Amino acid sequence: MTLHQALPILILCTSLLPAIWIFFLKESQSLLRTSLNLGGAFLKLGLVLLMFREVSLGYTVAFEYSLMPNLSLKLHADPLSMLLVSLSSVLWLLTTLYAIGYLKESPNRNRFFGFFSLCVSSTIGIAMAGNLITLLIFYELLTLTTYPLVIHRGNNKSIEAGRIYLAYTMLGGAVLLVGVIWLQAIAGGVDFTATGYLSAMSEDNHPQLRVIFALLIIGFGVKAALVPLHGWLPLAMVAPAPVSALLHAVAVVKAGAFGIVRVVYDVFGIEFCNQLGLLEYLAVAASITIIYGSVRALYQDDLKRRLAFSTVSQVSYIALGSAILGPMATIGGITHLVHQGIMKITLFFCAGNFAETLGVHKVSEMDGVGRRMPLTMAAFTIAALGMIGVPPIAGFFSKWYLGLGAVDSGHFWVVGVLVISSMLNGAYFLPIVFRGWFVTREVDWPHARTLSKRFETAPLLLLPPLVTAAICVLVGVFAGAPWSPLYWARLIMLGEM
Amino acid sequence: MSTEQLPVLLVLAPLMAGFAAYLLPARFIKVLVTAAFVSVVIVLVPLYEYLTIAGPLRTSLGGWGVPLGIDLYMDGTGFVMLSMTTVLLAAICIYSHSYFGNGPRATRFWPMLLLTWASLNNLFITGDIFNMYVTLELLGLLSVGLIALAGTPAAYAASLRYLLAALCGSLFYLLGVAMVYANSGNLDWVELRLYLEGGPSAAIALGLITAGLMLKAAVFPLHFWLPPAHANAPAPVSALLSALMIKASFYIAMRMWLWVFPGSINTDLAAPFLGVLGAAAIIYGSVQALRQRRLKLLIAYSTVAQLGYLFVFFALSVEPGSATPALQAVVMFAISHAFAKAALFMCSGAIIHAYGHDWIDSLHGCAERLPAVTFAFAIAGVSIMGLPPSGGFIGKYMLILTAAEQGKWFWAAVLALGGILAAAYVFRVLNIALCTGKSVAVGQSVPAGLIWPAWALAVVAMLLGLLASGPLEIVAIGAPELDLFRTMPVDSP
Repeated sequence: MTLHQALPILILCTSLLPAIWIFFLKESQSLLRTSLNLGGAFLKLGLVLLMFREVSLGYTVAFEYSLMPNLSLKLHADPLSMLLVSLSSVLWLLTTLYAIGYLKESPNRNRFFGFFSLCVSSTIGIAMAGNLITLLIFYELLTLTTYPLVIHRGNNKSIEAGRIYLAYTMLGGAVLLVGVIWLQAIAGGVDFTATGYLSAMSEDNHPQLRVIFALLIIGFGVKAALVPLHGWLPLAMVAPAPVSALLHAVAVVKAGAFGIVRVVYDVFGIEFCNQLGLLEYLAVAASITIIYGSVRALYQDDLKRRLAFSTVSQVSYIALGSAILGPMATIGGITHLVHQGIMKITLFFCAGNFAETLGVHKVSEMDGVGRRMPLTMAAFTIAALGMIGVPPIAGFFSKWYLGLGAVDSGHFWVVGVLVISSMLNGAYFLPIVFRGWFVTREVDWPHARTLSKRFETAPLLLLPPLVTAAICVLVGVFAGAPWSPLYWARLIMLGEM
Repeated sequence: MSTEQLPVLLVLAPLMAGFAAYLLPARFIKVLVTAAFVSVVIVLVPLYEYLTIAGPLRTSLGGWGVPLGIDLYMDGTGFVMLSMTTVLLAAICIYSHSYFGNGPRATRFWPMLLLTWASLNNLFITGDIFNMYVTLELLGLLSVGLIALAGTPAAYAASLRYLLAALCGSLFYLLGVAMVYANSGNLDWVELRLYLEGGPSAAIALGLITAGLMLKAAVFPLHFWLPPAHANAPAPVSALLSALMIKASFYIAMRMWLWVFPGSINTDLAAPFLGVLGAAAIIYGSVQALRQRRLKLLIAYSTVAQLGYLFVFFALSVEPGSATPALQAVVMFAISHAFAKAALFMCSGAIIHAYGHDWIDSLHGCAERLPAVTFAFAIAGVSIMGLPPSGGFIGKYMLILTAAEQGKWFWAAVLALGGILAAAYVFRVLNIALCTGKSVAVGQSVPAGLIWPAWALAVVAMLLGLLASGPLEIVAIGAPELDLFRTMPVDSP
């Protein structure tokens, strides 16, 4: 086995093996557990950098294992998978740090960190999946490994949320399975190919292909929280903050959106989707989700719930990007895959900090948090402005390219959707920012704790949001650099068109 | 001894050990069981080599040969079933050693277990449908004894109920066999298709045989005896019954429908009927499992549901060219189910040991108190749900693929739905186990011997998904090709 074959497996193992090891530790061995977590996370980052280099140099990095005839487990690194792999390995490291600080002294940490690592392994598997069946396998594994995290608190509320989460994702998984098998039955097991592999199929198959497309999009749409399949997401907020952060930024929601991108570009091919007349439907579904999510977010007083509905809305930009034929929209959608992740994880880290340090869970309780926790509030503000689309923060570029793509392809109504959505984003984010900085506090904090003598909160809770907020700005300012998500999205677009 | 004669040892070793276990003092049991395992494994290795090189293997006992004597016949399917039996029984033996200890029940348990093993091995290597009847009867009687080991009134009632069902089922089967013999003058299932004449007598024979086997396999709506029997037996016996005994009847049905009758009877209508019963079993069993309050009953109803998948297979195997892929799928499914289901029953045994009961609603905090058991339960549960990367997933995937390739969307939908229902009842238990809420009373600690066998089987069920190509290739050795049979003249030799 050469290095290029081994790399995907090694990257997978850097979180898989620590996870298994952690399950066998004693609860009290927190030093070893932390070392395993961080060691794995740093090693993974190093290997991803190596893979990044190899892929940039033009090598094929792929691993294939035959499960049975016509069914192989394939992991590979094309530019699209590099994007999600890099995102998840960077954010995993930061979220692990955050979780170590967040869960200090809480029970069942072995279980938590074990499944946390398994969850990241599943996401990495989804990112590197080289064919639909591999994607399906890791997609289902993601359901199984996130479930214990969602219900980690073990109270009735979280169990109930977990039940609903399972109901949605299991149904979605079953629909996806039928779609994947159906496709396998008529087209065979084919690897993902840029520009898709189905366009050569005869005219007679087109009605079937339309149904399969619908099945696949519904299957992935459940995790991507496409309206009306989004019901589980706001409830899953009962999970601990690091889990919510990971769920909304890289793991579950992103897996769904990534699946949609794969289906549109690398299974059907966007030209062929257009030919089948499927893109319009996807664009409408995505637009409805964008508006609906934003409107619902306006009415949430619970901060995490507001962020959750914001995710419903924001993730559909990715689907919207893949539903508009044309290079610009593609760039916008794929860039948003990364940008949304960095911005949203910042927001969740900050929300977690407010809750842990001050006991603030609601928007109405946030008066004056900016004076008490200026750094956290600054990070929150940057990410929120990015979400609204203020240049030069990351989110601006996604929206800009989406808008350009819509104009290019003559979908002027999509521009309207983007404008309305940005206004709604402003309407639900700016009041928080305003309260935080400009309203004076008149009552005591609901549940204030002193987590650090020098900083506004525990250093491990403070560092991750500051880093991600900085990244939000950096990827925006250096959008033209060869390592920026925008640059890679352009590269991917050149392959897909 | 040549390789052709080795299969005899597969029956003789556990049989001898069983008799010896009955006659010798209890302290010899460990040695006897170990010896039986060593000899079986030693025999299986050359048989595997023979199979992969030379194909199916036939042994004429006493040199008589068909149609007078009894022949042993082993193909890929038989070999996979034998290997599964060996691995499962190894785990069950370790578990039982902890479970029964040296108590009075142990002295009754071990001979019966070894004889059960001998009967199962005999079933998987016999080439004769009357010999199958003898095995079936033996397995039935041994099961009755094993269930009654629990010693509770409920167990006695369940074992008697099972006895009646089993006798009835065997009787139907025997009638069918008699009709086959009258029709063809032959009892060898491999060659019967060449001798069997079509017409009503063959059809009635198939009907009787199938009805008998369905009763013994507890296929909906003939499942009534299974839940009390499997739920009230001692845990290792429950594992044995749900994992292996049921498969024995299914195995015979499979041989009949794929090997014996296709040449003479058009099963285009009858096979979908079996499939419909299977679909009903999937739905009914899962819904019942969801409603049960006791863990062992839930697992038992899950068996009723999973058997449904095995019978949906018949509906998918009649199209020309579909027999082999469907067979591979169903064998994969059956062995994954066997490992996973045995693991689930073993976990339930460990839970009963710790809690003193198996009321599902009172299992709060099980994940904290018995983490290893809960984990094993979850891993086995994944295979039962048919989620990747388990063996259950590969089996379900192949079944749905076979259905999709034939354009049979109804079956594909039923199979997918079954997975969701299975997830619902498995997670119903896990939800409560992961709940912290209530304070956890400290009870008896669970010995390692009740945990690791369950773990091992759950992991095997999981790994089967990643190592599926091996068993699948073996199953293809000697697999039937129905379309070939169909074109063959019925009265050829």
